[in-house]
Amino acid sequence: MSPPEPYLGEVSRTPVRHHILSVLVENKAGVLARIAGLFARRGFNIYSLAVAPAESHARFSRVTIVVDAESAPLEQIVGQLDKLVNVVAISDLSPRDAVERELLLATLPLDDGHRSAMLDTITKAGASIVDVSSTSVTVMLAGTPGACDELERALEDFAEVELHRTGRVALPRLG
Amino acid sequence: MQLTGAQALIRSLEQEGVDTIFGLPGGAILPVYDPLLDSSIRHILVRHEQGAGHMAEGYALATGRPGVAMVTSGPGATNIVTPIGNAHMDSTPLVVITGQVATASIGTDAFQECDITGITMGITKHNFLVQSAQEIPRAVAAAFHLATTGRPGPVLIDVPKDVTQSMMDWWYPASVEEYDLPGYRPEVELDQEAVDRAVALITESERPVLYVGGGTLKSRAAQELLAFAERTGMPVVTTLMARGAFPDSHEQHLGMPGMHGMYTAVTAIQKSDLLISLGARFDDRVTGKVPTFAAGAKVIHVDIDRAEFNKVRQADVAIQSNVAAVLTAFDAARATPRNLDVWWKTINDWRDQYPLVYDEPTAEGPLRPQHVIEAIAAKAAPGTIVAAGVGQHQMWASQHWKFEEPGTWINSGGAGTMGFGVPAAIGAKVGRPDRTVWCIDGDGCFQMTAQELTTARSEGIPIKVAILNNAYLGMVRQWQEMFYEERYSEVYLSADLPDYVKWAEAMGCVGLRARTLKEMHEVIDEANTINDVPVVIDFRTDASEKVFPMVAAGASNDDIIVHPLQRGARQ
Ligand SMILES: Cc1ncc(C[n+]2csc(CCOP(=O)(O)OP(=O)(O)O)c2C)c(N)n1
Ligand SMILES: [Mg+2]
Repeated sequence: MSPPEPYLGEVSRTPVRHHILSVLVENKAGVLARIAGLFARRGFNIYSLAVAPAESHARFSRVTIVVDAESAPLEQIVGQLDKLVNVVAISDLSPRDAVERELLLATLPLDDGHRSAMLDTITKAGASIVDVSSTSVTVMLAGTPGACDELERALEDFAEVELHRTGRVALPRLG
Repeated sequence: MQLTGAQALIRSLEQEGVDTIFGLPGGAILPVYDPLLDSSIRHILVRHEQGAGHMAEGYALATGRPGVAMVTSGPGATNIVTPIGNAHMDSTPLVVITGQVATASIGTDAFQECDITGITMGITKHNFLVQSAQEIPRAVAAAFHLATTGRPGPVLIDVPKDVTQSMMDWWYPASVEEYDLPGYRPEVELDQEAVDRAVALITESERPVLYVGGGTLKSRAAQELLAFAERTGMPVVTTLMARGAFPDSHEQHLGMPGMHGMYTAVTAIQKSDLLISLGARFDDRVTGKVPTFAAGAKVIHVDIDRAEFNKVRQADVAIQSNVAAVLTAFDAARATPRNLDVWWKTINDWRDQYPLVYDEPTAEGPLRPQHVIEAIAAKAAPGTIVAAGVGQHQMWASQHWKFEEPGTWINSGGAGTMGFGVPAAIGAKVGRPDRTVWCIDGDGCFQMTAQELTTARSEGIPIKVAILNNAYLGMVRQWQEMFYEERYSEVYLSADLPDYVKWAEAMGCVGLRARTLKEMHEVIDEANTINDVPVVIDFRTDASEKVFPMVAAGASNDDIIVHPLQRGARQ
């Protein structure tokens, strides 16, 4: 019998039942490890995670975590997260009640055959070109996660792309 | 006033009212051991750091005050990981201080460096790596605050050597505001609306059960529990973590629920229409197969930790609070169930039919372990504290000893840590020197931490240890007998190797042995006359004894297996 393929995890897009947790944490060494460790040991799935200082004086950071609400009840995730001493506040945003944005950067080869179609796709998506060389171009899109998904798929149809996404950040919808 | 970080650390501990530290020195913590000489704090020098941790736990469980342990970096720190994990599972307040290599060496694989804050992240309530001597008072004050408030637990403070060696201006936080814990809010306002809904459920109930967990002891709610139970007439069960929260002698007490619980306690929960969970967490050892656990019951879940709600069992009403406040609120609302006469009639029938039983002891032995425990209990002074290891002997101790007050049962519940008993008993005796402390231990457990009897002897801590020597890792043997077709794999230990009497004597303790009933009574009497040194008794017990009742792992509580003597009687 041949050995089984190594398990590489599930490759998935945004989970169907996802939630966005906007978590205010103390800006101290090891806080991210505490959050990541908690998710790992309790079997909660993180889909994406973005961190940055929340204010200029940097006492707190804001962590935006997109969690897979299929992996565990949200109440459990929030309850356990809230017990971390360095976690100051948690707001739970359902995708409907949140404005979500994400940044995508992609470098792709400039292939003469597809050049105009490619540029067309980039413009239509509202992306912009932020770097060019004689052989390739780097484009940027700041948009909804859906728009980033769409552009990603479209670009992959043209060529082998090198792609980076930040994971989303979110704020509550106004009214 | 200028102090070294080390002096500030000791002074901070004094400030927190610490009277005892359990520990063992080494390179990275050396600076702190020097000012200790000038302190009024008693230090108990252990023989293995695991012993220090379990002693601190025993101290905490017996006194309700946080236990304190101090060890060096690297292997000293990793040796105390097991007690930290144990305290985390049982929500025991501990403050553990570990030395660390100098800040400049952190991350370089320096001698005896280990990332103990990383290692213990998942098994502490919180931990700190102190960055400067000036920060020491804050870290200590915050650690005690965290360890003892809300849901208690272990807190670790890792102190690099250069931090304890450098100078600081002495200060001490005057209030919680100075602890720098913006994310920590242990107190929550009682949700009156939830209390009202709970009262409504109580009013409708005909078959309620008070399911009392360790949180009831942690919130010191034994008085409120007694008052509430007596006013309402409800039956009470106390989990392994809550033994002593309600008097075993009380008519309304059905005993311990769970895998080796009393038939009546288990079955009353199963048939209840309302389960009032007071600081319990629906552990798998209590629920058995979850979907069939108390399937017809509504649940009122009271806990200080909201993450316990709906984790295992959906609650009809969840109240985040300490137990005492909720019971007081229930009493204020005069929450009263319906007439419970029929319920008590049913319960008393179960009690009559399935009391706790064991086979008749024989004069020439081997001894019955249950009988040994009852014989020790019968001759024990009131208020005796009992510590246990983990295994069959632990279950028998919980079943057969009669606990009457909080702080008299010291055991490892959530983690089930073999080797807990002897050091925990020592810690309990240090905390309550006025009490007799018995350790009911297994032969397997005893061999894991027995060296601490040397500590006990040299520090003048006269505990009494009863080894229920069945020559086996008995609990594992029981599972192999019952569920693995008696295929015994790696469970035999030998009753004679080691020679427990000689071992006890080598550690400066009195060693005794009993094989027959007559000897059993004699050695217990003799042990009761010895109050200056530790006593170890090797009780030769029957290896074939099994703990009953039993709910097999993963089975439904409805399929509880009673003692063979009772099986014919089963309807
Ligand atoms: C540190 C540790 N290792 C292994 C186990 C698994 N285990 C549970 S009970 C038990 C046997 C304990 O033997 P003994 O102390 O002789 O007690 P007995 O069951 O015979 O009363 C074992 C090995 C454990 N709980 N803890
Ligand atoms: Mg044994």
